[in-house]
Amino acid sequence: MLRRMLLNLETIAVCAVLFAFVSPAMAQYPARPITIIVPWGAGGGTDATGRIIASVLEKELGQPINVTNRTGGSGVVGHSAIASAEPDGYTLGVATVEIGMMHWQGLTELTWEDYTPIALMNEDPAAVQVAADSEFETIEALVDAIKSGEPGAFKASGTGQGGIWHLAIAGMLNDLNIEPSKVQWVPSEGAASGLQDMVAGGVEIVPCSLPEARSLIDAGRVKSLAIMAEERSELFPDVPTLKEAINSDWQIGAWRGIVGPKGMPDDVVATLTEALEKVYNSDEYKQFMSEQGYGVRWAAGQDFADFMDQSNQALGETMKAIGLAE
Amino acid sequence: MDAIAAAFELVATWQVLAAVLSAALFGLLVGAIPGLTATMAIALLVPITFFMDPVPAVGTMVTCAAMAIFAGDIPGTLLRIPGTPASAAYAEEAYALTRKGQAELALGANLLFSAIGGLFGTAVLIFAAPTLAEIALKFSSFEYFWMALLGLTCAAFLSVASPINGVISLCIGLFVATIGLNNPAGVPRFTFGSTEMLAGIDFIPAMIGLFAVSEVLRNIAAGAPRWEIVQERVGNVFRHWGGLIVTYWRQQLRGNILGTIIGALPGAGADIAAWVSYAISRRFSRTPEKFGTGHIEGIVESTSANNSSLSSAWIPALVFGIPGDTITAIVIGVLYVKGLNPGPTLFLFNPQNIYAVFLIFVLANLVLIPLGWVAIKLAKRLLQVPRAVLMPIILAFCIVGAFASTNSMYGVIVMLAFGVLGFFMEENEIPLAPCILGIVIGPILEKNFVTSMIKSGGSFFSFFERPIAAGLGILVILVWASLLVGWARAWRRRP
Repeated sequence: MLRRMLLNLETIAVCAVLFAFVSPAMAQYPARPITIIVPWGAGGGTDATGRIIASVLEKELGQPINVTNRTGGSGVVGHSAIASAEPDGYTLGVATVEIGMMHWQGLTELTWEDYTPIALMNEDPAAVQVAADSEFETIEALVDAIKSGEPGAFKASGTGQGGIWHLAIAGMLNDLNIEPSKVQWVPSEGAASGLQDMVAGGVEIVPCSLPEARSLIDAGRVKSLAIMAEERSELFPDVPTLKEAINSDWQIGAWRGIVGPKGMPDDVVATLTEALEKVYNSDEYKQFMSEQGYGVRWAAGQDFADFMDQSNQALGETMKAIGLAE
Repeated sequence: MDAIAAAFELVATWQVLAAVLSAALFGLLVGAIPGLTATMAIALLVPITFFMDPVPAVGTMVTCAAMAIFAGDIPGTLLRIPGTPASAAYAEEAYALTRKGQAELALGANLLFSAIGGLFGTAVLIFAAPTLAEIALKFSSFEYFWMALLGLTCAAFLSVASPINGVISLCIGLFVATIGLNNPAGVPRFTFGSTEMLAGIDFIPAMIGLFAVSEVLRNIAAGAPRWEIVQERVGNVFRHWGGLIVTYWRQQLRGNILGTIIGALPGAGADIAAWVSYAISRRFSRTPEKFGTGHIEGIVESTSANNSSLSSAWIPALVFGIPGDTITAIVIGVLYVKGLNPGPTLFLFNPQNIYAVFLIFVLANLVLIPLGWVAIKLAKRLLQVPRAVLMPIILAFCIVGAFASTNSMYGVIVMLAFGVLGFFMEENEIPLAPCILGIVIGPILEKNFVTSMIKSGGSFFSFFERPIAAGLGILVILVWASLLVGWARAWRRRP
């Protein structure tokens, strides 16, 4: 009985080894399950986006896709795991805007150039939120008050020190030739706790994205004054862009895209790009994103690389201007 | 009234009931495997709910979460591998009961009071959600600072036998909590240039190491002795439960109320509720000396608190879309997809939907009892396995759990290191529980202290300027004062 079991195991092992050697050369990509690494925890927007992409992509590629959360270190741990994986197309990852931020702070050597860009799938622009009972009705009034007020008279929150929403407000002030330190940044775990703190009266401004503020705006506790984007949001079409309101060209947002480790074969990238474009245009993806309130934005290959390059430069300049990077 | 009738119609369909039942089984399975959390179970369900109607979709998640959290108590009680920081508050006590041969009593009490706590929290959710959510919205970093300090004080001084050893354990935990990048300034601390260390020490592998691996090590050192005690049979469970309710109804009610209040605060939650309740139970007990030796009283109170806080965590989530923990954060996302946008309007428009969700809360807590009972009966057989065989199995489970929590070998290394640490701590009679609480609450305390100081421009008085903060601050000071008086008396009475 035991002998037979051992024999069976041996056969399986031999087959597995043979299969492992044969499959890359013989079979069409993808021949086995794919892993997508998400650098943020279960429950967040990146996790949700990663999982919906995975569940639609699974159908396109005909292989199971595992979503793996590698969290911590403000995204450094997960982004490192993506970059150091085998570039065979079986390990992909969701890169986020932080890839253009953490190397400026000296947290990692990694930049966007350490990845094979595949497709940009989403972007959520920053917007300026204040409490519903705030005296400021327009972004212009708020900016004027910040400009003439004492440094630190206004406090803002919504992410950690040097996080994307911190850069959003600091960069906006910098763009308007106002000293960024006029608004004191209060670090928080995320937009939700920042918003709650604002409603509780702890801070005055939360410059997070509109979908994050959505439930409190709907509940009549928070109002949004302006969105830092090219166009108004579909979710709240009454909120003006910065350009319309105070003629500022400042735009910033959090984005998410699918990348792989550097040096992936061209045919694999082509297969993935084609499949992801179908995912992007699928009803499931569009519907999920619009119902969650998330923005969608598509760019593939060189366009995506240029986008990351641009984002990287803009973030670096802002971080230098506010003293977060050398 | 029409809305309630409509809600019953929405729930009483075979699709909904089948979804609830299968989600319950799934949650039970995931929760019972050490290291796999309720959050993980819920995240895995998200893609499946896309293909479901709103009511079964939400029902699946709510039921799965309730089951997974209860099931986390099973390995905690039988094998000393707590599933969540909330159950770590009484894992030691429950395991002590197992060693006395009363595993079934401990798990049975856990099950019963979990279900009652859940129902209590749900009742409050149904009748007082908008009011309580208003209060929760008034909490800023000042209030959370005091809450966290209260939790730490309870753990270090009220819930352990020797305060000095409690403080040593707490300091180890607080030190561990400083490791990594997750601090208000965003500066790496004690990472030694390692990318993995930037993430800090995750409490799940640390907890598994401290409690379970240290127990495995101790068994190896002792040559894996056989269980000396045969697990006693409880007999008629329901009569036994009646006895527990009659004896401990005060503890239960106190736990329920405290748990519901703390649970409704988005920054506090089930962890703090369970620890504070355990401490209160010991403080007001007629037999505080029995705590820690396998006494059911503290388990009753803290398990009541922890499950009612799970239900009341939905209050800020449903009324304002503010997630209290990772589970509610995921479910809020699903609510949006299903068009049940959280907010006051949820209670005004289409109220039958929200009533249907409430019915599912009730259903989930009722389903808990029969399924949980079967799970206990099955899991108890683990104790019939000889220890020499069981210990390697536990170690294998620990490794799987630690790996699953970080998806890397880093988690396994952390777990093993904490196993050795836990072994030496227990050899020197340093309790493990305060260390875990230090790891969990340390970051909350630091974050709220630093952000409060930033907001107030460095003034300590601001911690007393807001009314709720001032009240909580005075409470903390009173607890400290009573502790100091107690110690002074004990000191003077020393021969």
